[in-house]
Amino acid sequence: MALDRQTVARIARLARIKVPESELDGLAGELSGIMNWIEQLNQVDTSAVEPMTSVADLSLPRRKDEVTDGGIAARILANAPGGAVLIESGKPEAGGFFTVPKVVE
Amino acid sequence: MTKPTDLTITEMTAALGKGALSALELADAHLQGMEQQRALNAFIVETPEKAREMAKASDARRKSGGIGLLEGVPLAIKDLFCTEGVQTTAASHILEGFKPTYESTVTSKLWQQGAVMLGKTNLDEFAMGSSNMTSHFGAVENPWKRKGDNRKLVPGGSSGGSAAAVAARIAPGATGTDTGGSIRQPAAFCGLVGMKPTYGRCSRWGIVAFASSLDQAGPIARTVGDAALMLQAMSGYDAKDSTSAKLEVPDFVTACKRPIKGMKIGIPKEYRVEGTAEEILKVWDRGMDMLRDAGAEPVEISLPHTKYALPTYYIVAPAECSSNLARYDGVRFGLRVPGKDLIDMYENTRGAGFGKETRRRILIGTYVLSAGYYDAYYKKAQQVRALIARDFTEAFKRCDAILTPTAPSAAFAMGEKMDDPVTMYLNDVFTVPTSLAGLPAISVPVTLNSEGLPLGLHLIGRAFDEETVFAAGAALEKAAAFTARPAGF
Repeated sequence: MALDRQTVARIARLARIKVPESELDGLAGELSGIMNWIEQLNQVDTSAVEPMTSVADLSLPRRKDEVTDGGIAARILANAPGGAVLIESGKPEAGGFFTVPKVVE
Repeated sequence: MTKPTDLTITEMTAALGKGALSALELADAHLQGMEQQRALNAFIVETPEKAREMAKASDARRKSGGIGLLEGVPLAIKDLFCTEGVQTTAASHILEGFKPTYESTVTSKLWQQGAVMLGKTNLDEFAMGSSNMTSHFGAVENPWKRKGDNRKLVPGGSSGGSAAAVAARIAPGATGTDTGGSIRQPAAFCGLVGMKPTYGRCSRWGIVAFASSLDQAGPIARTVGDAALMLQAMSGYDAKDSTSAKLEVPDFVTACKRPIKGMKIGIPKEYRVEGTAEEILKVWDRGMDMLRDAGAEPVEISLPHTKYALPTYYIVAPAECSSNLARYDGVRFGLRVPGKDLIDMYENTRGAGFGKETRRRILIGTYVLSAGYYDAYYKKAQQVRALIARDFTEAFKRCDAILTPTAPSAAFAMGEKMDDPVTMYLNDVFTVPTSLAGLPAISVPVTLNSEGLPLGLHLIGRAFDEETVFAAGAALEKAAAFTARPAGF
């Protein structure tokens, strides 16, 4: 399956990765090469095969729905780029928030 | 007396126990090596102060009588394991400067058993690679060189810094992670032992995720016994990883002493793949002879879907990586590159933060999961994966372990195999099927090739039967008596 530059631009957008115009053709070539190589899977008859999602042959474990953690806002915000705001514990609004560019006009 | 940096982990614990040397002396000897071997670029972060502080605490613990399995043993940690207060980058620009406020389960277990951290080792970015060439922090040099050839060789990948550090005697052991061969292939390239346990044996909590249905932690060390000891400390159920196995951890060290008389060793005929060097096939035959001499019995087996393992992997792993790496958005941690709005900020951050191979895999993953392609690619790959796993289940009805080469060649030079991505992917042809099936496997160094480079063999076991893998691995190690080391190290 050959991917053209428009397709690469579309998936880059879906993946939220800025790809410079000048790199689209090169990437289209590389990704097409990989996808063509992957095409050989079509030689395998999988009509009666259940897809395997995990090697662990178990259902996911359950636990009681209760709070087991908390009060660590400072640790969660510690690595935030662009100025997170921590509100000290003790205050009713304790916790804090990350900051992002304005999303609502 | 043997130099402290030449001791195996098992010898170190004995010497520390007798009081022949202290944890602090041991840490200092290795820190000195780390400083002298900086040109290898094996470490992204060195933690000498932490190492000395942990070593002193270990010496104090020993005096009070409470000692762990790895008490006082210095170790290198792949920079994919989150370490509290110590920069953890996954060798990516997007995580540069990230200092976790928590410790991964596996490293916590190592520290609980008395191990001492030397530093964080280099790797392929997000563990995506087989050469360590994709690291944002530069390539790692393999301490081994071809005879009469001064070109720098790759240590393999993705756990390349871990393997280079252990081969260069900077650390007696290191943690690695393996998604498609990232422990076993670098171990083979550097003349070391590398063990990937069964999926679920080690907790993935606190390890930077690449492909969650495949990622497993494991040790890289110089002997099978050392790898067993390290894995003993690293393993065990963890409620914080929903795929962690609720099983008792067996005694891996004792398993290394098990006789292999009567053990059936499967030889998969499909592994004589095109493009494999003649010398690799010869070593494979020799390895079987060694195991036969130790009492094992060779059995020809068939793993018919072997040739489809790599293309399956290159759908499953990128698909999972594209989801896992969605978290790097410039909001909560890591790099942020401003933009005119929120989406622009995401795109700028991820465009600048990811290297070329990571970007390629995220794009492939996004493509195969996108509307209209999911069934044709992702579901198809999951179905073929089921067939690959079934091949192993069938084969293990006839044998107890499987012997194959670890990699199709010895270590290659930096810049080789870089022509196109698929050429690099072929490095993992022998290790990827095991990963897809989630089985335990070890690489053991067996001999040097005509150019003086180490070659390893690969033993695969049934799920949660690491003990048989260690027993066969130890027998192979004993017969091969591999004692070579890189010149000058």
